[in-house]
Amino acid sequence: MGNWVVNHWFSVLFLATWLGLNVFLFVHAFLSYEKADKYYYTREILGSALAWARASARCLNFNSMLILFPVCRNLLSFLRGTCSFCRCTLRKQLDHNLTFHKLVAYMICLHTAIHIIAHLFNFEHYSRSQQATDGSLASILSTLSHQEKGEGSWLNPIQSPNMTVEYVTFTSIAGLTGVIITIALVLMVTSAMEFIQRSYFEVFWYTHHIFIIYFIGLGIHGTGGIVRGQTEESLNESHPHRCAESFKHWDDHDSHCKHPQFEGLPTESWKWILVPGVLYIFERILRFYRSQQKVVITKVVMHPSKVLELQMNKRGFSMEVGQYIFVNCPSISYLEWHPFTLTSAPEEDFFSIHIRAAGDWTENVIRAFERQQSQIPRIEVDGPFGTVSEDVFQYEVAVLVGAGIGVTPFASILKSIWYKFQHADHNLKTQTAGHAALNFDKATDILTGLKQKTSFGRPMWDNEFSTIANAHPRSVVGVFLCGPQTLAKSLSKRCHQYSSLDPRKVQFYFNKENF
Amino acid sequence: MGQIEWAMWANEQALASGLILIMGGIVATAGQFTKWYFGVYSIGAGVFVCLLEYPRGKRRKGSTMERCGQKYMTKVLKLFGPLTRNYYIRAFLHLGLSVPAGFLLATILGTACLAIASSIYLLAAVRGEQWIPIEPKPKERPQVGATIKQPPSNPPPRPPAEARKKPSEEEAAGAVGVSGGPQENPVPVIDEVV
Repeated sequence: MGNWVVNHWFSVLFLATWLGLNVFLFVHAFLSYEKADKYYYTREILGSALAWARASARCLNFNSMLILFPVCRNLLSFLRGTCSFCRCTLRKQLDHNLTFHKLVAYMICLHTAIHIIAHLFNFEHYSRSQQATDGSLASILSTLSHQEKGEGSWLNPIQSPNMTVEYVTFTSIAGLTGVIITIALVLMVTSAMEFIQRSYFEVFWYTHHIFIIYFIGLGIHGTGGIVRGQTEESLNESHPHRCAESFKHWDDHDSHCKHPQFEGLPTESWKWILVPGVLYIFERILRFYRSQQKVVITKVVMHPSKVLELQMNKRGFSMEVGQYIFVNCPSISYLEWHPFTLTSAPEEDFFSIHIRAAGDWTENVIRAFERQQSQIPRIEVDGPFGTVSEDVFQYEVAVLVGAGIGVTPFASILKSIWYKFQHADHNLKTQTAGHAALNFDKATDILTGLKQKTSFGRPMWDNEFSTIANAHPRSVVGVFLCGPQTLAKSLSKRCHQYSSLDPRKVQFYFNKENF
Repeated sequence: MGQIEWAMWANEQALASGLILIMGGIVATAGQFTKWYFGVYSIGAGVFVCLLEYPRGKRRKGSTMERCGQKYMTKVLKLFGPLTRNYYIRAFLHLGLSVPAGFLLATILGTACLAIASSIYLLAAVRGEQWIPIEPKPKERPQVGATIKQPPSNPPPRPPAEARKKPSEEEAAGAVGVSGGPQENPVPVIDEVV
C-alpha cells in the first residue's frame, strides 16, 4: 500500500482536484439557477430540471475544455522538458495523458446524459404549459409571445399548442446541434473502445476526427438563446417577489406590475473551448512541420517472424530511454500516424524502431520494405514523446519483464545501461540488470539475434523472486513490466510477497508501464 | 482498410444504441411524456437489442476478448442458426426496430444510433462477414515444470549454431547485441536458466 502511495500520490491529488472542480462547478451552477430571481418565471414552468440542465452544461463546458490538453503531446513534451528538475514521479504523470483523456471523456458522457434527460423534461414541461388552459401562471407565461410584439416578450419556445417537441428540437439551433454532437460523441466513444482501438486502429483514428464536428457544434449550441431569464430592467420594474402572485392582473392598466420581459442567455461555450482549440490547432501544425523534416533511413533489417527494424537519422533528434515516436508512411497512407517505442539507446548515433505485423498498416509497411526496391519508402517521424523509463536507473537492481513486442522498450534501456557501463557513468545506480524476454514460438531472439532464447518456457516467478531476494538481501529492486494485465497482477503480487517487512532489507517495487 | 471487421464496430455501436433506447424509454415512461407508450416500446426494443448484441462474435484473425458472462447468450443465439449468423438480417432488423422509436423525442437519439449501427452491419454483410460464436475452450492447467520444453543440451555459455566459435565467458543471456559473435561486456553477466 505504501508503495502504491509513493508511486501514485500525484495522480490521486490531480484526480481529486479535477473531481472537486467538477463538483464545485456543478453545485455552483445548480444553486445559481435554482435560486436566482432572474429565473423565477422560467422555473415556474420548468422546475428543477432547468438547474440540472444548466449545471451539467457548465460541467460539459469545463470537461470539453480539458479534453484537448492531454492530446497535445508536443505541449506536454515541452512541459516535461521545462520540468527537468522536477521529480520523476511528477513527470511520469504527464505520460498518463491518455488515461486522463478517457476519464474526461467518460465524464462528458455522464454529463451529456444528465443534460439530455433534463432538457427532455424541460421540453415536455414547455409543451404542457403551452397546451394548458387552466389559467395558471405557467400557462400565462407561455402565451406571452401572443400579447406583445418584439424580441423580449417570449419565454416558452413552443409558440403554439400544435407545435410538437420534435419540431422545436429540429428547428432550433440548440436542438439540432445537440442531436448532431451527441451522435458524434456516441460514434467517437464506440470506435474508441479498447477492443476496437487495438484491433482496428484505422476505424478509431478516422472516426475520432469527428471531434471537429463536436467542437464546432458545441460552440454554436448556445447561440439560439433558448434558455431565457428576466431582463434586468424588467426585474427592477416588476420583481417576481412582488408581482408573481398578481399575474392575473398584469394586463390591468393600473397595476404596478407589467408583463415580465425576457432575454436569452448569452452563449458561453466558446469561451471555454477557444483556448484549447487554438492550442490544438498549433499542435497539429507543429506535428505537420516536424513531420516534414527529412528522415534518413540508414539501415533496414528484416527479422524473422515478420518484425521490421528501421534505423534512422533526423537532424536535431534527441531521445531518452523508453520514449516513443509517431511514424507516418505517406506511400501507405497519408493520414495515419502510428506510435512505436524506440528500441535504440540514446548513446547510439541513430534511432531505431521495431515494427511487428499487427494490422493493415504495419503489414503494408513491412511488405513495402521487403520488396527491396531501389527507392525505399519515405518515412515521416514525430517525436520523441514520453519519459517513462528513467526510473530504471534509480534502482540498484532492476528486473525488466517484457512479453512479445513488449520487449522493445527494454531493449532501449538495456542498451543504454550497457553504454553507460562502457563510459563508466556514475549516475547509474544499477549494478545488475536481469532481463526475462518471453518469446514463445520464435526460433531466434528478435532483438539480440541470438539463436538461443533467453529463457525457456514460462519463468517460475516464485523461484526468480526468491533467488533475487537471496542474492540482494539489502537492495531496493525495481520490477518493470511491459506486457499483459494478467502478468502484471502476478508480478505485483510477488513484489508484495517477497518484499521484506523490515524496510532495511530487500524491497521490491513494481512499476507497470503502458507503452 | 482491408482487414477491418466492421461487424465488431457495429456490435459496439448497436450495444450502445440499445442502452440509449432503454434510457430514453425509461425517461419518457417515468415522466409520462406525451406519447409515452413509444417509450415502453423503446425499453423493450432496447433490451432485445442489448441481449442480441451482448455476445461478441469471434474475430477472423487473432483472439477475441469475450464480454463477461456472454456464454449464456451465445448458447441462445446459436439456436437461431442463420437468423443470428447473417448480418443482412441483423442490419434490416435493427433498421426496423429503430423506426418506431423515432416518433418520440426521448428515444430519437436511440433511433439515430441504431440506424447507424444497422448501416455498419450492412457494410459488414456486403463484405461477407458472419457472426461466429466463441466456443469455450477446455482449460488446461499447466503443470509446474511442464512448461519447460527442451532444456538446452549444452552448458552455458552457448554459442549460436552458425557461429561455432569458441564460447567466451562474456556471451550474454539476453544482453545487447545486434549480430552474432562474442561481445565485450563491461560487467560479468549471470545466466540463469529456470
